Amino acid sequence: MSAPHATSAAASSSKGDARPIAFVSAQALRERMHDAVNDPHLRKSFRGAMDFLMAKRAAQFPDEAELDSLRTLSEGIRQYSLSRLPDLLEQLEANLTRNGVQVHWAADADEANAIMLGIARRHAAKTIVKGKSMVSEEIEFNHAMHDAGVDALESDMGEYIVQLAGEKPSHIIMPAIHKTKEQIATLFAEKVPGVSYTDNVDTLIQIGRQVLREKFEQADIGLSGVNFAVAETGTLCLVENEGNGRMCTTVPRVHMAITGIEKVVEKLEHVAPLYSILTRSATGQAISTYFNMISGPRKPGEKDGPEEVHLILLDNGRSQAYADEQLRKTLQCIRCGACMNHCPVYTRIGGLAYGTTYPGPIGKIVSPHMMGLEQTHLLPTVSTLCGACGEVCPVRIPIPELLVRLRGEAQSKPHDNPVMVGQGAGYSPLASFVWRTWARIYARPGNYRIFSWLASRFRALTPSRQSGWTAARTPLTPAPRRLRDMVRDRQ
Amino acid sequence: MSSPSHAGEHAPRTYPPRPAAVYFYATCLVDLFVPEAGMDAITLLEREGIRVIFPESQSCCGQPAYSSGFPEEARKVAASQLDLFPGDYPIIVPSGSCAGMIRWHWEKIFADDPALHARAAAVAARTYELAEFLLHVVGFQRRDEGEPVTVTLHTSCSARREMGTHLVGRELLARLGNVTLAHHGHESECCGFGGSFSMKHPDISTAMVSDKVAALKATGAREVVTADCGCLLNITKRAEKEDLDAGRSKPSLPGEHLATFLLRRTGGQPARRS
Repeated sequence: MSAPHATSAAASSSKGDARPIAFVSAQALRERMHDAVNDPHLRKSFRGAMDFLMAKRAAQFPDEAELDSLRTLSEGIRQYSLSRLPDLLEQLEANLTRNGVQVHWAADADEANAIMLGIARRHAAKTIVKGKSMVSEEIEFNHAMHDAGVDALESDMGEYIVQLAGEKPSHIIMPAIHKTKEQIATLFAEKVPGVSYTDNVDTLIQIGRQVLREKFEQADIGLSGVNFAVAETGTLCLVENEGNGRMCTTVPRVHMAITGIEKVVEKLEHVAPLYSILTRSATGQAISTYFNMISGPRKPGEKDGPEEVHLILLDNGRSQAYADEQLRKTLQCIRCGACMNHCPVYTRIGGLAYGTTYPGPIGKIVSPHMMGLEQTHLLPTVSTLCGACGEVCPVRIPIPELLVRLRGEAQSKPHDNPVMVGQGAGYSPLASFVWRTWARIYARPGNYRIFSWLASRFRALTPSRQSGWTAARTPLTPAPRRLRDMVRDRQ
Repeated sequence: MSSPSHAGEHAPRTYPPRPAAVYFYATCLVDLFVPEAGMDAITLLEREGIRVIFPESQSCCGQPAYSSGFPEEARKVAASQLDLFPGDYPIIVPSGSCAGMIRWHWEKIFADDPALHARAAAVAARTYELAEFLLHVVGFQRRDEGEPVTVTLHTSCSARREMGTHLVGRELLARLGNVTLAHHGHESECCGFGGSFSMKHPDISTAMVSDKVAALKATGAREVVTADCGCLLNITKRAEKEDLDAGRSKPSLPGEHLATFLLRRTGGQPARRS
């Protein structure tokens, strides 16, 4: 799903990089965050864009009681679906197969790309036209196809812009939110043949649409994501605003859909509440412009639709999250992006700084499963635990609680039976020692009394430079008398 | 902006009748860094005829370790605090985040120990953030003896989202006849403290607290009032730094704990730091 005209608000001086998987290390994350937060254009544009999106969402939920009951219902549906996930996936596969859809299972990105490349090869495909799919970003589909000599072209307007610029999406719903219309105008003038500079948004969209229209006709394969996969009917539901999703799934001879294994629900009636809360939470729309329900390839006698439909079900770390009762809640996500829209950290660094496919709060809790904690152990610490994400999450994922859990997994002493790949990757003997010492002081009243007395008595010795604190603040100094001294002395 | 009347993730709680006595759980930050706020809270409660018991062995609720990813250390410290409240009196905490830790997270860190869990749950059930206790249990209503003044209010994220008490602060201020409350932009947004976050990610923390200070100053209010000492220190120390850097001798954004402000406005004598 992508919002119409969502690209007008933002600006960024972020560098484009055609081959990202940018994450690599905690140090690289620190550098990107530092650059982003010190970029005044980026700060201003994300602030404006997020304010706009927050207001749009709020306008969709004037009645708190209704929101509350819809969130409870949506959470219930997602938790119920996950509680029966293995059964529902088998049921989904059986019903899709009955409908004529070919189902494939992929353990990781490489397997998913290999499956889809195999399909492309079988059809001697030269061009694949894509609807918006974050899972395809997750597996770096475009690069895998490029390396194999197949063109993969984005047809969602935001994704098209990001692809032209050689960048990654900075938001899961509005991929090009970091770009100004002037930047897009320059980009089009440089990269689209026969186009001269114009920053008229309507004209820019028309230019894009014309380019894409031709590609839909030429493409051998259409690729899409899936918002909800319905087990009992074998139906793939796709939410979108531009109609490009419908084009991708109906015009080319072959349609490949890819989704994470968590997206399945049991019944058709489970879709309606999730769909309603998805669009209202995401873009503040009562309903999206298009809602596609795909239940198989073209049948004999039908005039349109693809001849072949494939579904690739991707794990890529999801079953690791699934195996743990608490971490499983991560998989309740319906990818609305409300958590990032309301996140004060995301608002200040934008989506590209994270270096992960999914940025913002949801990215911090889902990426460690996809990429392992070696690369991502710092990510869960980039939060004040303010709770704004959890407060707006339409399926009530306790994001702050999960961040705390991941901080623990990252910093615990490595052991033999880790619940996560890379468990203990953020382990620091020093931090561990500091907190053990802290516990020895604070868990024993006598020790704490002595420690706090010393801190107060010798407050003049308090360092005037206090790590990150004094970069922007005057130092913290203990009071001359502790509260306990004041309480004792008052009688 | 989300609706200002958001009630938090938890069901509204019911409040007990006014007790004869309460326990006062000051929190480590108040004990060592802002003791005057704790003292003023105690004075406010005593002035209402409530006996205040200050358990001498109190240290910390465990939150710093818990939120940093050291649950075992948090658990040790929290376990040491479970015995401090033998009587059946409410426990009053002058900070939303510490109250939230006790009320919602203690049960989690003791989840695998039924005995400790039961005791933690019993403590959690009678733990109140100071402002909610003043409003809902004490029924705080005193004559405002101060000059007319405009202030702005910062509510901590824990008070807002874990304790559901951000409207409580507004209501208490509304009961002061000469106080006008000025609302600031992005009021529900975090001030950027986040405990160790302020040390671990100073760039982003600085950006957040600078924005918060700018929004508070833009109201033209004479001071900022908050019921959370973490936010209070973050905001006022940032404002002090801005004054220092700009060579201003008069503080551009003084701040006070809500307890101090309420006491001072209603004829009480706030405690002095030294």
